[in-house]
Amino acid sequence: MALVDIRNLTRIFDVSKPWLNRVVERREKAYLTAVSDVSFEIAERTVYALVGESGSGKSTIGKMLVGLLGPSKGAVEIRGTDLARETDAAKVDAVRRDIQMIFQDPFASLNPRWRVRDIIVEPVAARGGDTEGMAERLLEQVGLSARDAGKFPHEFSGGQRQRICIARALASEPKLIVCDEPTSALDVSVQAQVLNLMSDLKDEFGLTYLFISHDLTVVQHMADRIGVLYLGRLVEEAGPDALFDDPKHPYTQMLLAAAPQLGNFGREVPPPTGEIPDPINPPTGCAYHPRCPLAADICSQTRPEMRDLRGARVACHMAE
Amino acid sequence: MSAAVLSIRDLTVEIPTRHGILRPVNGVSYDIAAGEVLGVVGESGAGKSMAGNAVIGLLSPPAHIAKGEIWVGGTRVDQLVGEDMRRLRGKEIGMVFQDPLTSLNPLLRIGDQLTETMLAHLDISRAEAEKRAVAALEEVGIPGAAERVGSFPHEFSGGMRQRVVIALALCAEPSLIIADEPTTALDVSVQAQIIALLKKLCRERGTAVMLITHDMGVIAEAADRVAVMYAGQLAELGPVRDVLTAPHHPYTDGLMGSTPLASRGKDRLHQIPGAMPRLDALPEGCAFHPRCPCAQDRCRASPGPRIEDGAGRVACWFPMVREAVA
Repeated sequence: MALVDIRNLTRIFDVSKPWLNRVVERREKAYLTAVSDVSFEIAERTVYALVGESGSGKSTIGKMLVGLLGPSKGAVEIRGTDLARETDAAKVDAVRRDIQMIFQDPFASLNPRWRVRDIIVEPVAARGGDTEGMAERLLEQVGLSARDAGKFPHEFSGGQRQRICIARALASEPKLIVCDEPTSALDVSVQAQVLNLMSDLKDEFGLTYLFISHDLTVVQHMADRIGVLYLGRLVEEAGPDALFDDPKHPYTQMLLAAAPQLGNFGREVPPPTGEIPDPINPPTGCAYHPRCPLAADICSQTRPEMRDLRGARVACHMAE
Repeated sequence: MSAAVLSIRDLTVEIPTRHGILRPVNGVSYDIAAGEVLGVVGESGAGKSMAGNAVIGLLSPPAHIAKGEIWVGGTRVDQLVGEDMRRLRGKEIGMVFQDPLTSLNPLLRIGDQLTETMLAHLDISRAEAEKRAVAALEEVGIPGAAERVGSFPHEFSGGMRQRVVIALALCAEPSLIIADEPTTALDVSVQAQIIALLKKLCRERGTAVMLITHDMGVIAEAADRVAVMYAGQLAELGPVRDVLTAPHHPYTDGLMGSTPLASRGKDRLHQIPGAMPRLDALPEGCAFHPRCPCAQDRCRASPGPRIEDGAGRVACWFPMVREAVA
């Protein structure tokens, strides 16, 4: 059985103006569908990557997975337990213990007034667990020194802080770690160190990652399975080889063509046209049809279902 | 190659602090020819933006140019102050910053910002400037330019805003554009559009471009030559293909190895041990030696010599010799 089972997940945000403004300006309530009918599974001990541009809903899915946001429709099941609906507190607690998160900005996600030791043991201390020597052990595991436990976050560089975030995520011995753009704020040589560390820890502790990123090369390096999001919808899902060698959805093809690559010296290709549409008023039918070179009549009328195609799942009427 | 639009000679920027003098840019020299794109890469703190700011006179005190010369189109500019510097900025040098929202005035319609810039630098009438503003917006690919001149910056998306900033940088027809991380805040597909636009406009007008970025992929696709900076110094400079496929400096080599690549698959990424030294604690000799796999006694004693090699040059005692991949 899959560790995580996400079914028909939808999240709608109310982005209306305040009541008085609506009355005065005669406006309707406005809703933003950040995630729309997304379904996928994450197998144990694998890395599942979500890629997409800003506003595609990848972070919203991550937050729903750890329970920072509730789903509007659909369900997130972790080992068969739906955290949003389960009423047995002991069961919820057991599953919660297995999930941790690493955030993008290591400068904003560590409390500047706490010592590193207290930051790292907090997930365990909050549940009344024994934390003797734990911070020192974890610091050494993520490549820092045990002596760093008494320092404050400002004494560390960006890459070192992200290592502290990883140590904190490991403290409660989780099964699943949601990594929301863990290396986007880091320089490339530091990114390499952090990615290598994450791979090593995955093997050592048998971890499962949901890896959220906008960087296709990083995703290709890390992921066992990749989901491509566009405007809150999953448009394609495949393994890295299938996705990068044979992208099926026109959006994936555009994304791969647009990504700058080493080795494409002085490349001259027509850049992609158009921009991501307004998520408050998404296009009818397939969300990508206004920018799609293959678009036909059906694309503007019916939203395509996910279907299997040569080892991938793709939501497109025209893909062959 | 035509005459250099920008020449930097032995540029050193100093910041005096209580703990001694920091040198975020230390003895850097390079030229950019008309119509050429020079990519400047390096990690945070390598001094790449500081060098760009020094050229356009935007160093914030106490940082100042301590040594060296900057020539733009045959005029020495590093000693200009006040009104002379103002005339140079915008007229001879255009600048594109990372964040398009903070580089536009939120209270002015974009048409007014364009005409104001042109009236300040070009000898034309207001009517002519307004006509040129529409043309400039059309050129950077803003749909419905004639109507959009009356819009405010917040009415545009991030990509469209960056197009406006590029139009603004180019409207006084400068001979040099400094683009400091122009696409870092943008999505991949928009980034491709902006880079293509920048390349096209500069080629058409023969504008020299200093493209400052940390993204090696962008450099590979957009730049003609690349300068790799490390701890305020120029580690390596050369044609982009040579530097990226057959680096001579161990730092460039490490940087390339750290970049995840399709062809490398899932192998471990190459790691450069340690981190870039802080400017107040630079090691003796070559600044890279504590992290360098080839370091020897000589590297600890004195900084690497500048070795010229055809079109490129490298600052290293033991440059790596490798055949360029065709």
